[in-house]
Amino acid sequence: MRKLSAFNLLAIVLGLAFLYLPIVVLVIYSFNASRLVTVWGGWSTRWYAALIDDAPLVESALISIRLALVSASAATILGTLAALALARFGRFRGRLPFAAMIYAPLVMPEVVTGLSLLLLFVAISVDRGFWTVAIAHTTMAMCFVTVIVQSRLVDFDMSLEEAAMDLGASPLRTFLEVTLPLILPAIAASWMLAFALSLDDLVIASFTTGPGATTLPIRIYSEVRLGVKPEMNAVCSVMVGVVGVAVIGASLLAKLTGARGASARWRGDGPPIRAIGP
Amino acid sequence: MRRWENPAGRRLVAGIPLAWLAVLFLAPFLIVLKISFSQMRLAVPPYAPLFAWRHGLPVPELHLSNYSFLLSDPLYASAFLYSLKVAAVSTLVCLLLGYPMAYAIARSTPSRRTALLMLVMLPFWTSFLLRVYAWIGLLQNDGIINNVLLYLGLIHRPLVMLQTDFSVYIGIVYSYLPFMVLPLYATLEKLDESLIEAAADLGCPRWRTFWLVTLPLSSSGVLAGVLLCFIPIVGEFVIPDLLGGSRSPMIGQTIWMEFFGNKDWPAASAIAVVLVCLLVTPIVVYQNQAMPAAERD
Repeated sequence: MRKLSAFNLLAIVLGLAFLYLPIVVLVIYSFNASRLVTVWGGWSTRWYAALIDDAPLVESALISIRLALVSASAATILGTLAALALARFGRFRGRLPFAAMIYAPLVMPEVVTGLSLLLLFVAISVDRGFWTVAIAHTTMAMCFVTVIVQSRLVDFDMSLEEAAMDLGASPLRTFLEVTLPLILPAIAASWMLAFALSLDDLVIASFTTGPGATTLPIRIYSEVRLGVKPEMNAVCSVMVGVVGVAVIGASLLAKLTGARGASARWRGDGPPIRAIGP
Repeated sequence: MRRWENPAGRRLVAGIPLAWLAVLFLAPFLIVLKISFSQMRLAVPPYAPLFAWRHGLPVPELHLSNYSFLLSDPLYASAFLYSLKVAAVSTLVCLLLGYPMAYAIARSTPSRRTALLMLVMLPFWTSFLLRVYAWIGLLQNDGIINNVLLYLGLIHRPLVMLQTDFSVYIGIVYSYLPFMVLPLYATLEKLDESLIEAAADLGCPRWRTFWLVTLPLSSSGVLAGVLLCFIPIVGEFVIPDLLGGSRSPMIGQTIWMEFFGNKDWPAASAIAVVLVCLLVTPIVVYQNQAMPAAERD
């Protein structure tokens, strides 16, 4: 068994402290009774109560959740198809441009993606709103899905699929009964990532949104530009809580089912650029 | 060997995502390129068409004015240089902080490794916007850090930290640290420990072992981490906008301002084109470096 040296231990402790300090402080101050954000006025849940009464904020949150559900599902389907093509079709003609097109959005600055999609929507004169943001988020997230699902597909034994097809199963049936159950953890992980990306996005949504589709990040951004607000601290804490429970729950589930979903996810979140090569 | 050989099915599986990206990624970028060569006008949409119809024939009206404008106004050059500087410095800081963390995680027991990785990733799953926002409360003049330092008697008047370069660096390093730790961890985890033991057995001091064995063997992870941080940081908008001062905008903010503030779509497009060209260069260099390694596999 390896023991950590003092230096290694220090690196981990300080690194994690740096990552968690702002979040912890934020959560503590969301329970601050004082309206002054830097003066401690005792414990209170008044800002949480104020959130529920804030109708525009609740509406934005509902829009964001609907948006994330739609775009994560669409991105998962499109991204999985692309991953199948990259991982299973061998060296087909046009594979390199195809791969380049999949990986390019990953490194494109959000400002450029948002700007270019808006110019497209203007050029074909589409009314901007919920659906334009959903399309934009799907495009952004599908490439992340491809990277994660592809790394899972490359990992597992292709002879299982070959056996199914040798026994007379059609490619579609092989996919549904052999491949899909095997890559399901990666698909679930990438759906979650796509959901989180959509829920979090400010820049692309700001460019592609229209009247009636103010997402939660756009609402929060317009509030926090002017400084710290106790209500916003409460919003943040709610989101941190939801995400924490979801991620820990999902990884416990993955552990219980014995799936290697978690490990596939870590790898998937690794260097996507490394996979560009032919 | 049987494979996925139904041509119609293959075309469908590859064709749907390809068509989606062609329409919603490639075409929009070509539109940006087109608009960057056209002239601004006060109309809807606020740019002139590339072709003027004269005597029934299309006459191209290509304008390089947006690009020459970018060159002539020092604001844009300084925004580009500032963005590159911020990206370079914060990527380096991420590397210096992230390497010891990744190394320590890779050297811990397997069960602890999963938990530690999870802890590094967890903030990444929570809202990026909110994590940046959290720093405002920490860094502002009457914020928590200043209050603690004043209380301890270490300073006598509040330090100005918000809306400076310092707060931009803090916000960026904070947000991008996981992107550095993960690829570094992925390579360090695979590193054969017997090589380090061999160096130690042969009497090599620990820092030299690190310099001569560990670091060179993890260079692919370093490169991947550097690219994963550097490229998105150059185009970063939210962090400098919330934490930075108004005097030196980064290039992402400049595009945003040209577009939403000045409604100068051609200029915003031209900046976007230059930015993309700037970012493609390191990727192409990386590809050429990584290609021989991939072919050996």
